[in-house]
Amino acid sequence: MTEPMRAETDILVIGSGAAGMYAAIEAARGGAKVLLADRSLIGRGGATVMAQMTVAVALGSETDDHWTHHYQDTLKAGRGLSNPALAQLLCEDGPDCIRAMDEWGVGWARKDGHITQAMAPGHDRPRCVYVDFLNTGPAVSKTLRTVVNKTAGITKAGDLCIVDLLHHDGAVVGAAALHLGSGAPVIISAKATILATGGLTRLYRRNSASSNMGGDGYALALRAGARLVDMEFVQFFPIGHLAPRLIGMDPIMWDPFRYKLGGRLLNNRMEEFTQNYGAVENGKYVITRDAGSYAIVKEVEAGRGSPHGGAFLSFQHVPEAKLREAFGPVIDKLAENGIDLTKMPVEVAPIAHYHMGGIAADTQMQTGVPGLFAAGEAVGGANGANRLSGNAITEAFVFGRRAGRAAADYAGKAARGPDRAGNAQAAIDLISAGAPDREINTAEMVQALQATMQDDVGALRNETGLRRALAEITAMKQELGEQPQGDGQRFDMRRVDWLDLRNMIQVARVVTEAALARTETRGAQHREDYPDTSPDWAVNQFVTLRDGRIALSPEKTATAA
Amino acid sequence: MTEQATLKIWRGTDAAAGHFDTHQVPFEPGQSVLDGLRWIRVHRDPSLAIRFSCINANACKECMIELDGKTVYACTARLTPQVMTLTPLSNKKLVRDLVTEIAPPAERFA
Repeated sequence: MTEPMRAETDILVIGSGAAGMYAAIEAARGGAKVLLADRSLIGRGGATVMAQMTVAVALGSETDDHWTHHYQDTLKAGRGLSNPALAQLLCEDGPDCIRAMDEWGVGWARKDGHITQAMAPGHDRPRCVYVDFLNTGPAVSKTLRTVVNKTAGITKAGDLCIVDLLHHDGAVVGAAALHLGSGAPVIISAKATILATGGLTRLYRRNSASSNMGGDGYALALRAGARLVDMEFVQFFPIGHLAPRLIGMDPIMWDPFRYKLGGRLLNNRMEEFTQNYGAVENGKYVITRDAGSYAIVKEVEAGRGSPHGGAFLSFQHVPEAKLREAFGPVIDKLAENGIDLTKMPVEVAPIAHYHMGGIAADTQMQTGVPGLFAAGEAVGGANGANRLSGNAITEAFVFGRRAGRAAADYAGKAARGPDRAGNAQAAIDLISAGAPDREINTAEMVQALQATMQDDVGALRNETGLRRALAEITAMKQELGEQPQGDGQRFDMRRVDWLDLRNMIQVARVVTEAALARTETRGAQHREDYPDTSPDWAVNQFVTLRDGRIALSPEKTATAA
Repeated sequence: MTEQATLKIWRGTDAAAGHFDTHQVPFEPGQSVLDGLRWIRVHRDPSLAIRFSCINANACKECMIELDGKTVYACTARLTPQVMTLTPLSNKKLVRDLVTEIAPPAERFA
């Protein structure tokens, strides 16, 4: 039997995007000893580093604003399903966190001495701060990494892939992890654990996030007894880059172009079409994300798509000097990829971008399972059925900060769990299992799951497709088996794929069952067989795991206080 | 016919005792070396170890390897229809195949 390595901490933070780093900083400032763990490098993976531009906040530096206006826009975008308390927290605490980031030197773009705020779809006034050029995510990550490095009490541990949370007497008391660098199991004893693992975009073939966003936090939370909410609502970002092949840039990069320059979304007849789906653009950027994704998918379905199966996005009407002014060095990067915006349109199509659903938490980021907190995109509820552009980084800061504080308070009073929690051995056995008797191609399975989710649980859904997806997910679980793949030696990609698939398959089932149960169209969920929004469905579906089976329970959405 | 790149990839867990695996990879002009490595994992050999996270954005900076002896990011180096020799970073401690220990010491789990 492999003896695990051991670590002891007050607070374990899982994931080092903006939410995880902010949580670690706040918890350490509150006097707690923090272990900041990430399966990749610290502060470089996840979704934060990929953010291109907008961070929504009622700063009032561009025009007069107040958090209540931001709050109203957030609720409106959420199509009636937002958790009002979480949405309020996001909007009310946003300005504070944005100013803290400014003091830490993130470098929000400024004009005439004030922080610039751009107009974005769904907002009633210019509200989105950013870092030029297309540099918001990297600047945020770097700034928080620097603060983490300067904050006493934070131990960093990269290459640490969390396999299961450990529980004892109904509380989470730490986690079992695979240390990628050595292949060894690690048992982490923690008084409080914060899941800052981001979303589930890796479940889809076309996605805009890092390969470590496979929904593992949702699976960890479910298996530890926590509730998930709104899991059917996957946001598809309408204008993800499709063609020509473009490398060295994130596929959501066209959003900032549209914020600054508008641009024209065209079908294969070179005609604007969003007006046929309720959004008159006239060269401006007004269409919301749910409506934009729907419009493009429907145009393609009607035979009016671009050659690669999307829509054209054109800036040909914008003078070169103006393009250069707005995007500086990015224009050269495009040229390296053979793209000259003055001469050609590009092709764009919807791409899995963000998860509105997630772990159910209160405004202290408590999950209901003692010792378990959540932060950032991993939390469900604030954004209802559709997220307002710019709210993701804001919620990462706000929820991260709140979770760090609340977990530090909790850890100050909590007793340490036992040396070895009840489920520790099972996790150690998975991590350190020998080579299996039957080999499967784990990388191919990941791709097959992504295809199923994209085709049948994507931007357009119907009962036939959803049932087909459930059958395939069931077959994949069977195929995956109980025995981990790989040799268990260091940096064993087959072992990591297998552990990822264990989570991905579980979460894919949750998304699909929730989508199937919701027999209506609302926000990011478009049911072709139920095209209308039904007042009966003004409910949030909560998900629990009971005896290994997924159980859905609808609850009427809370009303604003 | 689709163009093919020939990727000659260093494999092993012991820097002194590795070997090369060679794979033909179909590609479209414009694709990256990382696209080729990911294709190999899906279609030929899922055991191939490569460190990456952001896939395409060159944001995570994890996919540093050596291509014909020169340090590159696998996500921005382009596939070409010829033999490309891929080896782990020679100035970092080897972990496995193309994966090396690139994290600063303070960010490793001790």
